[in-house]
Amino acid sequence: MTVMLFVALGSTLIGVGVPLLTSSIINGPLASGDRAALWLLGCYALLFGLAEAVLILTRRLTLASSVLGIERDLRDDLYEHLQRLDVGFHDSWQSGQLVSRMTSDISAIRRFFGFALIFLVVNAVTFLSVGILLIVIDPLLGGIVVLFGIPLSLIVFRYEKVYRRNIRAVQDQQGEVATDIEESALGIRAIKSFGRRDLFFARYDAKAVTLRTLQLRQIRTLAQIWALIIAQPQTVLALITLFGAAAVAAGRLSLGTLVAFVALYQMLVWPIESSGWLLAASQEANTAAERIFEVLDVEPAIREPELTRQPRGAGRLVFENVGFAYPGSDAPLLTGIDIALEPGETVAIVGPTGCGKTTLTALVPRLYDVTEGRILIDGVDVRELPLAELRSRVACAFEDPTLFSASVRENLVLGRPEADEAQVEEALRVAQASFAADLPWGLDTRVGEQGMSLSGGQRQRLALARAVLGRPSMLVLDDPLSALDIHTEGLVEQALRSVLADTTGLVVAHRPSTVLLADRVVVLGPAEGGGTTVVAQGTHHGLLETEAVYRDLLSQGSDLAELAEEAVR
Amino acid sequence: MTTTVDTTTDGTEDELRQSLDDWRGVAAEDKDELSSSGGIFLRARSRRLLGELLRPHKRGLLLATVLIIVVTAFEMCAPYLVSIGIDDGIPAVRHGDWTTIALVAAGIGGSALVGSLLRLKFLTLAGRIGQDMLLELRRRVFNQFQRLPIAFHEKYTSGRVISRLTNDLDALNDLINSSLDGLVSALLNVVVIGTLLAVLDPMLSIIVLVCLPALFGLMAWYTKGSRIAYRLQRETVAAVIVQFVETLNGIRAVQSFRREKRNRDIFSKLNQDNVNANAKAMMMFGWFMPGIVAVGGVATAAVLVFGGFQVMDHTLQIGVLTAYILYLRKFFDPMQDLAVFYTSYQSATAALEKLSGVLEEEPAVPEPAEPKRPAEPVRGGVRFADVRFAYPKRDKDEAARVILPDLDLDIPAGQTVALVGATGAGKSTLARLMCRFYDPTAGAVRLDDVDLRDLSDRDLRRSVIMVTQENFLFTGSVADNIRFGKPDATDEEVERAARAIGAHEFIEKLPQGYATDVKKRGGRLSAGQRQLVAFARAFLADPAVLILDEATSSLDVPSERLVQRALRTILADRTALIIAHRLSTVEIADRVLVMEAGRIVEDGAPDALIADAQEGGGDAPSRFAALHEAWRESLV
Ligand SMILES: Nc1ncnc2c1ncn2[C@@H]1O[C@H](COP(=O)(O)OP(=O)(O)OP(=O)(O)O)[C@@H](O)[C@H]1O
Ligand SMILES: Nc1ncnc2c1ncn2[C@@H]1O[C@H](COP(=O)(O)OP(=O)(O)OP(=O)(O)O)[C@@H](O)[C@H]1O
Ligand SMILES: [Mg+2]
Ligand SMILES: [Mg+2]
Repeated sequence: MTVMLFVALGSTLIGVGVPLLTSSIINGPLASGDRAALWLLGCYALLFGLAEAVLILTRRLTLASSVLGIERDLRDDLYEHLQRLDVGFHDSWQSGQLVSRMTSDISAIRRFFGFALIFLVVNAVTFLSVGILLIVIDPLLGGIVVLFGIPLSLIVFRYEKVYRRNIRAVQDQQGEVATDIEESALGIRAIKSFGRRDLFFARYDAKAVTLRTLQLRQIRTLAQIWALIIAQPQTVLALITLFGAAAVAAGRLSLGTLVAFVALYQMLVWPIESSGWLLAASQEANTAAERIFEVLDVEPAIREPELTRQPRGAGRLVFENVGFAYPGSDAPLLTGIDIALEPGETVAIVGPTGCGKTTLTALVPRLYDVTEGRILIDGVDVRELPLAELRSRVACAFEDPTLFSASVRENLVLGRPEADEAQVEEALRVAQASFAADLPWGLDTRVGEQGMSLSGGQRQRLALARAVLGRPSMLVLDDPLSALDIHTEGLVEQALRSVLADTTGLVVAHRPSTVLLADRVVVLGPAEGGGTTVVAQGTHHGLLETEAVYRDLLSQGSDLAELAEEAVR
Repeated sequence: MTTTVDTTTDGTEDELRQSLDDWRGVAAEDKDELSSSGGIFLRARSRRLLGELLRPHKRGLLLATVLIIVVTAFEMCAPYLVSIGIDDGIPAVRHGDWTTIALVAAGIGGSALVGSLLRLKFLTLAGRIGQDMLLELRRRVFNQFQRLPIAFHEKYTSGRVISRLTNDLDALNDLINSSLDGLVSALLNVVVIGTLLAVLDPMLSIIVLVCLPALFGLMAWYTKGSRIAYRLQRETVAAVIVQFVETLNGIRAVQSFRREKRNRDIFSKLNQDNVNANAKAMMMFGWFMPGIVAVGGVATAAVLVFGGFQVMDHTLQIGVLTAYILYLRKFFDPMQDLAVFYTSYQSATAALEKLSGVLEEEPAVPEPAEPKRPAEPVRGGVRFADVRFAYPKRDKDEAARVILPDLDLDIPAGQTVALVGATGAGKSTLARLMCRFYDPTAGAVRLDDVDLRDLSDRDLRRSVIMVTQENFLFTGSVADNIRFGKPDATDEEVERAARAIGAHEFIEKLPQGYATDVKKRGGRLSAGQRQLVAFARAFLADPAVLILDEATSSLDVPSERLVQRALRTILADRTALIIAHRLSTVEIADRVLVMEAGRIVEDGAPDALIADAQEGGGDAPSRFAALHEAWRESLV
């Protein structure tokens, strides 16, 4: 910054020097006809010119690195912060809004630091030094110049406020448009299969048109500010000419001085004119920063514990009177859930669609925090475990596979970069995912965005392999076999059972075949006061016999239900 | 993707770099440039696009140009008037004659007023033209992305689509918003003042003329270098966005698998690449701008000295020299602006190159030029005639993997067909061909004897609808999402569809019922609820051919039963292809196809296939029978 100020000052001085030099040439050698002196002064002028160039060069080069540093750090910070923010935050924020913050807004800030800031500094210095010089040269004319600056700044100040609101609206709308774009790209399969191109275009177009309207409004405001600003220097110039001429005629001012004055004044024209877009750029950066800090200032709801405790044990998982309500909803979704999983035990969670099974599993790795009760691992509340530790103990396979456009291997070792080849193979074996080896580049094949270049069952098996990789002490599997055919399902089940034998497992199940992975079944159902709670526990066969709810949940169509009962008998 | 490892440098750093590159795996996905032709072609392409965008605004542009010329002329009067004031006005005032000087002052003041009003007009006009062009471009690119086939999107990735439609358009917007008028007026300034200078004193102007080649040289150097830098910048920023978007979309996996740190390393690297590209551009500019200033400094000094001599020799008036130097400053100052604007222009051109690339991409699954109308009403017979299919190669080295080697299949109108088989057998692939996500490599898929390639998109989508394995809900209310199947459906129709498949119950219980916002990708709903909504959508669409690809996999048994019951009535009079691993679906099918490695290995009525096995003396039981048996066993 000091370098900047120094450089700015230097270039202004040089800029001021040239007109002064001109006037001294006019008053000096030209009046006296001294050729040698003219050469000398000419050399000075040349030096001035080159020095100005060198100063600009220094300024730009130092600036480039610092500005880009700011941009890079801001981006890294934003990304890192977003990775830390909890799932609840991401549920409620459109990624388009976040993307536009990461790109457009950060660029606005870069533009400000890269261009506007220097000019602001240079202009301020120029205003000050030239203003003082002008007053020194001629108090009357200088006074006119200064006086006229005041109403101008007042008007501009008022307009800027309006402008600022305009910009904010534009930036927000840009986020909206980005959201639509993202949805249309990610949902391209749905859009195409229903032939809803026109519908989506209309949706997008409406937003784009609004964006245009907002942008035009912004442009109009800026144009008004600018027109005002631009009219000013010339008006003042007219006055200077008039009063200057009078002064020269009265003999109060030499002709050379008047010329110098006018020339000096010309130096103010560009800074005044440019202040329009400079202010615009700073306002833009201002609102952009505001938008970025709206995100950076959000504290993650899931935080590292201040006091940590180390659990000792083989992986006992206990839900103790657990209750949960999604942020923003008043009625709890889960209430009074009590489940105890002994080390090595596997429990199946069964319940009707939308009752809260997935939500329950998400509480274990603290994707959400319980709102009531607690979850204990070997006697330690999960909120007292360091996050990384907790999440390395608990491995999940979600109901949608969530693959990344990276190599198969990278997708597998997502959480365990230290995993070795043997572990990877073991995981692939358990998940019956040997197909990976047959891909064009084996495990190095990229799976495509969201794993879309794989079949549904292949995706699910990779996600499963990822979860069992490295034999975590606790496994949370959300309907892990739903996309597999019966034959493959049987194979996976067999292999998975060996893994689950000494792993504490929580398995969400919709089908009897998945339930069979578990030692015990917990049935979720509506609680009396609303919400979902545990309505029955027991072994699969036991429950089939005693619980009508369970039979209804797990046995196939009418004729098949009979079949099932037959088998039980 | 080959990185040459330099063994002489620090091993660990290399390893880190290497590991930061390797993670993506092999595939040619991140080829950002679509057509691989050289730079000249790129420029011609983006110029053509620019021309197309400008064409409708010819008149406005003409008006804007006239306006800005007038404005510039008004602004330019000032120094000239001042010089008149000094040379003629002041001597007159000395003799007590104020008219000249008063006229001069009035002229300056008046030109200020008119100039600023005209500028206001110009700015709003230019702004409108710019925004109209931008809107047009937004529309075109968006539409083009929607037209391009699934295979394109698989390669291009959504992050890059976002990057094109946001960041690249931003670059153009920057140019249009702040720079275009500056560019024009600066250019005009340079031209007009250049002429003025030449008129004012031809001798001195020769000095200035001598400087011009230096300027042009500078410009050529900068143009060439910065173009490469900006092109790189566009590509690297796209990579940043891709990573960013993917992380956000997979945040659950990222967090629960503690991916944050590695992601941060990857992101930092991509970010750094982008910064490096930016740095390159800024460095070039860092030399370019002072270069111009230096040239200007030399010219000014030279004019001062030689002009001075002329004044001494009385071949030049002092006033003229003063004006000349004033103008000279005005000649070089806008050159700096020009330089600034030129960078936005360069950056925008790089963006235009990318955008025009997208626009020129020919859809690999094109709409027919002369579509054939199917006979009304569409009955819904589907025929696969000697179809062979392999997914488009992602890399030219990749051996084509044939998924469906030779498929010949006839589904008469009105039949309900169940397609079963091991995962990865090619069931979804077959379904995708049926609704023309891809075109077959050989052979043809026909709907009522019309090749799908000859059907217009509208006709095809009206008749064939698929509920994909990866159902997708959009931000908006539940009702909107169901209405997706039929945009003009009334609330009653929406509700009826929901009731029919048993979704009404849960929707009603949502806080705002049908108006509840399902949030990003339907995240507000459970997986099963999402499937029900997707199903209701298809139900509402009421197509002649319905394809259900694992549409009930996440439902609990009672819900699935409800859906089955609904299907029985829905499918009575239409063609349906049902892909499912749970054979409960098969109960309602007229016909079962068993697929193995892309071939149909069994085909028949379900009962017949099972019966065959039970009677079929020496033969091994049919695959379907075995499957059915296994499935029955799995039910307890
Ligand atoms: N982010 C959210 N905000 C508010 N409510 C939500 C949110 N996510 C889910 N819900 C609601 O919570 C309930 C439970 O959802 P969850 O995904 O846990 O169900 P599930 O038991 O896993 O169902 P399924 O068998 O369909 O997977 C649903 O009724 C759903 O509407
Ligand atoms: N977009 C794609 N690009 C390249 N290969 C693909 C693509 N989609 C699928 N494949 C490959 O084609 C084969 C068949 O996939 P398909 O999705 O048709 O299987 P499926 O029978 O539907 O299996 P599932 O029951 O698991 O859904 C698989 O080996 C898969 O890896
Ligand atoms: Mg669920
Ligand atoms: Mg499939």
